[in-house]
Amino acid sequence: MTLDATDRAIIEALQAGLPLVAAPYAQVADGLGLAEAELTARLQVMKDDGVIRRIAAAPNHYKLGMTANGMTVWDVEDAALATLGPKVGALPFVTHSYERPRALPDWPYNMFAMVHGSSRDEVEEKRAEIKAILGDALRGCDILYSTRILKKTGLRLRKKG
Amino acid sequence: MTALDTSKRAQVLDDIDRALVNALQDDLPLNHRPFAPLAESLGISEDALLTRVQALRDSGVLTRFGPFFDAAAMGGAFCLCAIAVPPEDFETVMTQVNAHPEVAHNYERTHRLNMWFVLATETVDGIAEAAARIEQETGLAVLQFPKLQEFYIGFRVAA
Repeated sequence: MTLDATDRAIIEALQAGLPLVAAPYAQVADGLGLAEAELTARLQVMKDDGVIRRIAAAPNHYKLGMTANGMTVWDVEDAALATLGPKVGALPFVTHSYERPRALPDWPYNMFAMVHGSSRDEVEEKRAEIKAILGDALRGCDILYSTRILKKTGLRLRKKG
Repeated sequence: MTALDTSKRAQVLDDIDRALVNALQDDLPLNHRPFAPLAESLGISEDALLTRVQALRDSGVLTRFGPFFDAAAMGGAFCLCAIAVPPEDFETVMTQVNAHPEVAHNYERTHRLNMWFVLATETVDGIAEAAARIEQETGLAVLQFPKLQEFYIGFRVAA
């Protein structure tokens, strides 16, 4: 979608998050010199067009006790990926799952699935379930645990003209 | 859920906090008092709810509360990237990489490719440009793993 100057001002105002007050949209609208109804109507268009995926909280897995965070990576036969990928994505403990290009020879994996758990043992058990689903179409796999968050910010939109 | 890992980093949350963390991962309505229905369902006042959410933000249980923007839908792009950083240079390279505003998240991971970050740019070409700048500064290859297909994004974490 094409964003006009008002949309961009709204996005900029909301990048750091929504104010934690009873009427947050009214407060944001006020700061931008807009009516609350105009702000919410524009936000609704952005949601309909997919510019905003949702208005929600981003939890820190570590603080919730999910201290083991494994990026599982899989080399799946290309012909089988379209059928098997959605089965892996549907597992309740998989939070994101994507097909990504291989980077041969360093990186033979074409499917990524993030698995979170309260221990590495728990993550390994979940990984075994994925392995079972992939069966004969699996040619290789690995798991990369995150050991440190080095940076975490929302999307930063630069100012335009 | 059985006993959680008793990590020093894990926070002690009561049942209402847990219910809040779970419910706030759903989409907040676009109306004048968007928190009111949730407060009512939890049997607490809106003020009490907001105080708890603020405390969850302050303690870092919630890293952010607000709209999740999709750069791709705005004509921009996201790309997962990885670098194999020599361990002795890790802190220097981390500082160089993190200084780029296009780097949205960055994680250290257990692999020869030990630094994994997401580039978010306003144009599709911005990804290659940002990756090239990082390669030039660090002298290290930036492997790009753009998503080709999304199988499912559940996002939610049970608190």
